[in-house]
Amino acid sequence: EEPATGLPGFRTWRGVYLFVLTVFVACVILLKAFELAFS
Amino acid sequence: MSALDYVVLLATILGIAGYGAWHTRHRSDMAAYWKGVGKTRWTVIGLSVMATQASAITFLSTPGQGYDGGLRFVQNYFGLPLALIIVAAIFLPLYRRLNVYTAYEFLGKRFDGRARLLGAALFLLQRGLQAGITIYAPAIVLTTVMGWRLDLTIICTGLVVIAYTVSGGSDAVSVTQKYQIGVIFAGMLAAATILILRLPDTLSMGDALRVAGGFNKLDAVDFRFDLSERYNVWSGIIGGVFLSLSYFGTDQSQVQRYLTGPSLRESRLGLMFNALFKIPMQFGILLLGVLLFVFYQFEPAPVYFNATAWEQAKINGAAEQLSEFESEYATAHSERSESIRTWLEAERVGDMATAEAAHSSAIAAHERSQAIRADAIAALRQTNERAKVEDYDYVFITFVLGFLPHGLIGLLIAVFFAAAFSSLAAELSALGETTNVDFYRFVFRRDASERHYVTSSRWLTIFWGMIAIGFALFANQQENLIEAINIVGSLFYGVVLGMFCVAFFIKYVEGWAVFWGAVVSQALIFVMFFSGFFDFSYLYYNMIGCVGCVALSIALQFAVNRRQMRSGV
Repeated sequence: EEPATGLPGFRTWRGVYLFVLTVFVACVILLKAFELAFS
Repeated sequence: MSALDYVVLLATILGIAGYGAWHTRHRSDMAAYWKGVGKTRWTVIGLSVMATQASAITFLSTPGQGYDGGLRFVQNYFGLPLALIIVAAIFLPLYRRLNVYTAYEFLGKRFDGRARLLGAALFLLQRGLQAGITIYAPAIVLTTVMGWRLDLTIICTGLVVIAYTVSGGSDAVSVTQKYQIGVIFAGMLAAATILILRLPDTLSMGDALRVAGGFNKLDAVDFRFDLSERYNVWSGIIGGVFLSLSYFGTDQSQVQRYLTGPSLRESRLGLMFNALFKIPMQFGILLLGVLLFVFYQFEPAPVYFNATAWEQAKINGAAEQLSEFESEYATAHSERSESIRTWLEAERVGDMATAEAAHSSAIAAHERSQAIRADAIAALRQTNERAKVEDYDYVFITFVLGFLPHGLIGLLIAVFFAAAFSSLAAELSALGETTNVDFYRFVFRRDASERHYVTSSRWLTIFWGMIAIGFALFANQQENLIEAINIVGSLFYGVVLGMFCVAFFIKYVEGWAVFWGAVVSQALIFVMFFSGFFDFSYLYYNMIGCVGCVALSIALQFAVNRRQMRSGV
């Protein structure tokens, strides 16, 4: 001493990862908006 | 707890454990015992990864953190999605291609046996002690409020988990986690529903959130760059990426979860499931805590949420002093409650000047009640030094026992046990597997039969279960030890990640260089942490450990290569 994603609308894994990162950024923006709406 | 609660509690937790043991009873070869029989779908992998990370203390303490500090703790998870993408894209394909049982086996294939044993030893040291905390932390809270015996609770929790984990191996952990997380979601949803229904009739959901926002409980995202600030976007993303990368990529309790997938696709989708849903889940639990804060603006709140410690201090001679604090606190509380009602009513009719004045008055009453609380806790600690300054672990359980109907109380206690079981089972399974694969089979017994290794795995899982129970029982005598281990445990993560980063990305570094790079950078981390000179969030230590290990490994390799070139070797 790459498999197919099998997800409709996602042809590559890169697309899946990009989608996850987009959702994360959207979450941060929504959290900030939520904070500002009630402050 | 009524008889109905005990029936719900025992039927839920023992039913799931019994089903897990029965369903996976025929596992006689290594692959089936440690990787399952290749039928685990991505949904189960995703739930299993989630259940392993969320221990009982997540559901006991996180609502309390929301009650106290609002939503800002959610930033702690901002590095998780990116880290899971890196694990899915880079770590996972290599683990699967090399067909390894443990992450440290990969280090052996890339470097040498010494690097493999160092990685495995750091994991066993850290996770072996933290398994004890996984039992102890919820047990101390539950036994305090329920009046159960702590030693029996710890022993029973440990033995039930050992029984089904030893019986079915990794598959038993996955099967039970699927149902345990179902119980957890059902219980938390029921508690949230009851909490919202119990808010005053005149208070709409919008009003409740306005009250929370008025006390800065909805401050979720802080973009200011401050190294000493524990939770902001930058510590969450930078420190969080390194912490999550190390936890999901190199901690066998997680690696084992996603290696049970029958294909790369199933394992990847399980990880992406967590990348999408972990932050919303934590937000939901923290929001439950924020709504508890609003609830207790209109309901009488205890001065100190650990009622047992409070009553004990009264018996020990502080009754008069503590009763005085109680009446002062009640006065401040009713002033605050009245000010909040005035503030909301004035906003409703558009009288902004009155609303502003009432809001300021509510804030002032809140600060006064916080000062009374601090004095009361100081007085409490004079009669009982072991009483903690922070009582937030007891906030949610106090609400559960005080305001939920019978039957649901049993379900919520089952939630805490299910979360403890799911984390502990994954830890014991990973500890048994790593000891078996990376030490017993690699160092002592290389050519035994499959059946022999399954048997040795079972005994090693029992061994680690006993260590966890023993440590949890011992921890009761050494409260400070718990905190020390929690902190020191997280200091190992960065260096282990550094070893894996060198393995993945830097082809020319050899085993001896990464071994000494890891040892020296780990020593450096300890010196930095214990010297007290550096005032920054603990999350950054993971980054420093990782970068230090990579840089030192490269420097050592470069120095030796250069010397060999000069001497013409």
